[in-house]
Amino acid sequence: MAYLVVTFFAIFAFWMGNSGHYKPLMLGFAALSFAITLILCARLKIIDREGAPYVRLFGWLAYYPWLAWEIVKSNWVIIKACLRAELDISPSLVKLKTICKSDLAKVTFANSITMTPGTVTVEIEGDKLLVHGLYEANTQPEAFEEMDRRCARAADPAETPA
Amino acid sequence: MAEFFALIGNTWEIVRFPLGGAACLLGAILCIVGTIGVLRFPDFYTRIHAASITDTSGAGLVLIGMALMAPHWIIVVKVFCIMGFLLLTSVTSSHALVNAAHTAGLQPKIGPMGRSVHEEDEEDRH
Repeated sequence: MAYLVVTFFAIFAFWMGNSGHYKPLMLGFAALSFAITLILCARLKIIDREGAPYVRLFGWLAYYPWLAWEIVKSNWVIIKACLRAELDISPSLVKLKTICKSDLAKVTFANSITMTPGTVTVEIEGDKLLVHGLYEANTQPEAFEEMDRRCARAADPAETPA
Repeated sequence: MAEFFALIGNTWEIVRFPLGGAACLLGAILCIVGTIGVLRFPDFYTRIHAASITDTSGAGLVLIGMALMAPHWIIVVKVFCIMGFLLLTSVTSSHALVNAAHTAGLQPKIGPMGRSVHEEDEEDRH
């Protein structure tokens, strides 16, 4: 039930933020579309722990600013690599082992690796990730430990040992 | 106190257009840098890294600039929605490309590619 309420508020905020029309007729259409959307979501059975992850909202609010700063830092490295007069890169392929348990945490971790310029997740098999990186020094498994820990804390709080 | 806030509001109104323009310009420059990287890097996997500059900082800065110059808060909400979708989907698409290349059996070039390696390449080409 809580998931349904959270989904409703998410849809409500999205509509209010995107429409800009607050006349009674438009609000009536909005209420109708909320109802249809919620019924369709309930029929698809996507109103659950993964569809409305409000429990992890605060974890993500802490995680994404950190990730944004990591993206800025590694962007700088790749910009320098692009503009250097002589090409100086050492691509490498490494296999990582993640401590993330749930699918959502693994996807968050793999997406974060791909979002950070200079590293791309090639494949996920169980709890092993294949990562391609532009610099060998930045692609050692130790370099991803902090991101892994933060992802696990943000996306599956229950399973992480304190 | 009210005057002070009005002063801050007025200053912000003056400052936000140059700031937004600068952010848009910087984003455009970063997109060009990413393109240069795509053209310069040696193989498919390394080119994806250069393209991710365009995806993250280039598009992000352009959208932040647009949000700064937006005439109404509704536009800001829309721009941030676009940013969220763009960050999620561009990452997914580059992962899909790399995964498809890996599954198809394309081997990445591994190991340092410094100056000497680059010169050998040049000699091979001539």
